[in-house]
Amino acid sequence: MSEIQITLEILRYDPEKDQEPHFQTYPVTCQDDWMVLDAMNHVKDHVDTTLSYRWSCHMAVCGSCGVMIDGAPKLACKAPVRDYADRTARIEPLANFPIERDLVVVMDDFMDKLKRVKPYIIRKEEKSIEDGEHRQSPAELKKFKQFTMCINCLCCYAACPQYALIPEFIGPAALTMAHRYNQDSRDQGQADRQDEVAKPEGAWDCSFAGECSEVCPKHVDPAGALQQLKIATTVQWYKGLIGMGGK
Amino acid sequence: MQQIKTDIAIVGAGGAGLRTAIAIAESHPDLKVALISKVYPMRSHTCAAEGGAAGVIKPDDSLDLHFNDTVGGGDWLSDQDVVEYFVNEAPKELLQLDHWGCPWSRESDGSVAVRPFGGMKIKRTWFAADKSGFHILHTLFQTSLKYPSIERFDEFFTIDLTVTDGHCRGFVAMEMKSGQMYRFDAKAVILATGGAGRMFPFSTNGAIKTGDGTAMAYRAGVPTKDMEFVQYHPTGLLSTGILLTEGCRGEGGVLRNKDGYRYLQDYGMGPETPLGETVLKTMELGPRDRLSQAFWHEQQKGNTIPTRWGDSVHLDMTHLGEKHIDERLPLVRDLSITYAGVDPVKSPVPIRPVVHYMMGGIHTNIDAETTMPGLYAVGETACASLNGANRLGSNSLTELLVFGKRAAANAIAYVRGDQSAFDYSGVQKQADKIESKVRELLQRSGGTESIAGIRKEMADSLENGAGIYRTEETLQQTCDKLSELRRRYLGIELNDKSNVFNTDLYQALELGNLLELAQTVAEGALARRESRGSHQRLDHVARDDDKFLKHTLAYYQGDEAPRIDYHDVVITRSPPGVRDYSGEAK
Repeated sequence: MSEIQITLEILRYDPEKDQEPHFQTYPVTCQDDWMVLDAMNHVKDHVDTTLSYRWSCHMAVCGSCGVMIDGAPKLACKAPVRDYADRTARIEPLANFPIERDLVVVMDDFMDKLKRVKPYIIRKEEKSIEDGEHRQSPAELKKFKQFTMCINCLCCYAACPQYALIPEFIGPAALTMAHRYNQDSRDQGQADRQDEVAKPEGAWDCSFAGECSEVCPKHVDPAGALQQLKIATTVQWYKGLIGMGGK
Repeated sequence: MQQIKTDIAIVGAGGAGLRTAIAIAESHPDLKVALISKVYPMRSHTCAAEGGAAGVIKPDDSLDLHFNDTVGGGDWLSDQDVVEYFVNEAPKELLQLDHWGCPWSRESDGSVAVRPFGGMKIKRTWFAADKSGFHILHTLFQTSLKYPSIERFDEFFTIDLTVTDGHCRGFVAMEMKSGQMYRFDAKAVILATGGAGRMFPFSTNGAIKTGDGTAMAYRAGVPTKDMEFVQYHPTGLLSTGILLTEGCRGEGGVLRNKDGYRYLQDYGMGPETPLGETVLKTMELGPRDRLSQAFWHEQQKGNTIPTRWGDSVHLDMTHLGEKHIDERLPLVRDLSITYAGVDPVKSPVPIRPVVHYMMGGIHTNIDAETTMPGLYAVGETACASLNGANRLGSNSLTELLVFGKRAAANAIAYVRGDQSAFDYSGVQKQADKIESKVRELLQRSGGTESIAGIRKEMADSLENGAGIYRTEETLQQTCDKLSELRRRYLGIELNDKSNVFNTDLYQALELGNLLELAQTVAEGALARRESRGSHQRLDHVARDDDKFLKHTLAYYQGDEAPRIDYHDVVITRSPPGVRDYSGEAK
């Protein structure tokens, strides 16, 4: 069984004790098939039990373990240690968020923004269960399916230069979710989302740097969603102008 | 200590907790709902379910067939009134998810698509590619944002229930970002905290699945039920235990031993079916318990493939083609490449059985009620006795929906009718006791035991003694070990004494919960001298309906091992019969 040596340089911050965050270094002997999360768990279990971070599924679907690794936002459970063999990997909390403790960031801002874009089906009249399913062709499903894949890991916010500059920007994941519901053939809520999406800190704040799509571990392409959203917002605005608002 | 007053408090914000919360908010927006979880809702382990959710929808299917598959799949340990209610409600709940936006995979005519699943005689598993649980969880979470009456308490770690006059009055939880203790007073409490698969060393379960709610109820005097029934999923990736969905086999994947031979035909699941043709309820579409047991036998015969992570067999999907795999099993492909370095389009994937699901849980009835007034439980936390001795794949996602809604309705009725006086001083006394238990753990000094050390010994002991096959001797060793570990647990000292997001503390509390529940698994298994479903005894190889057509109840006895008792199984119209998964079965 072959082993890999890496050194984790992890940002530590305990708000009750520390004035400023600092780095702490842990050399770790890893199995060659480990992810960075496995190395962190090794430290937590056997070296320093005070290290704090979020994780759960270890299969890149719960979205808990987003961190900066050498400056790039990644899921620790999907970052192989072999990419950092025989060197130091710097692990920091996701950029652009306040630090709660060590690698744990404060997520309140995202949770609030997600709610504001109304990420749920809105209907003028609810369909009753007795009437069965909404028919939705595979082509209709395909229009929004990709945008349902977001696991809310917030890597896109950590990568977004606009969010770094303008904290009010609703940002890639939340806006993608607005677009996802707008594109769903079962939904009639585009007009209800319009106010939030069309305001200055909505889709128009995106400068199309495309960093969000590059770092997305689930290939959601938020940048693409936001461009489509801008077009849709404009069309909606014109419809409003000539009295055809609503979907 | 902070105080929160609410009408109904739900602990756990995964699929079960969210469905319950929405059901209350939708029908009774005047009732205050507090939804408490140690993680943000979208981190809950429902997200990791892959294959799908069962419900009768197609014209060739019937509720009776779903009933029969479930009861037989559970080796007749299911309560049949519960199964009947479940199969009847299942399609409505899955349609409800469609109306809430779940991206179900579709047929070309736009109707929902269904796929074959193990132990099911008809294709009835609704799916969203191979991320069904993920989509169900996010659909429910996002839908829940619509309702102002649901107040969430994300990242609050619940410690213990408060009980006065035999009624559940709420619980004490710690806000993880501050370490501040909160006393939640509620007229009814619904536990939806998931299973406890992390007590085993090799599990598909996320780190959070530590049985917190089950242990809380158990400590409060509510029995657990049927905890000895632990499901091994036959197809986990070797080093990590990551699940490869049963949908792999539903779509036509096959299991091969070291000689490439499809060995399931030797274990009552033959004859061999043609490659690429899925024949329901036989061979690779047999139930999970039988498939995992067949692996064990192959291992005994030396037909498995040794690897550095232990013995394995192959899950072969190479004949399915890239297009089909990418459309139906994209996550499986991604996971296999990322975590095992194998592309299932090109090569068979090495796999082995892995602990996946606990059929047991808090003893609940068809109304999701526990034995304690004011306390309900739903989802993997609970044991409503839908799944009996072996759950069929794709019944559990539907279960949490059906019984989430039912728990909501019954908790509402209870809250409306409950006239018992609230003894605030009694509740506060209990809350103070709960707080001091946590403070003592936090401040304890001079301990020599480590969390990781005890956790490993517990997990290894369960795997060795209470795994796929068990004997009196191995189980007794495990029971003894667990008693020892519970004593040694008192010698843990935390290095982290801080208040903010102290994961050292939460891991210690989780380990305490796991240890208590591990005893209910091992002691229940030791007492059950028969083989049924997922519980297989090498020293009692036959099912014994005379003595053990019974549910096991385990009662908390403080520092001692639990007291074991039994409870009747509800049989309505299907007397215990033979489980036949051969291709000739009717």
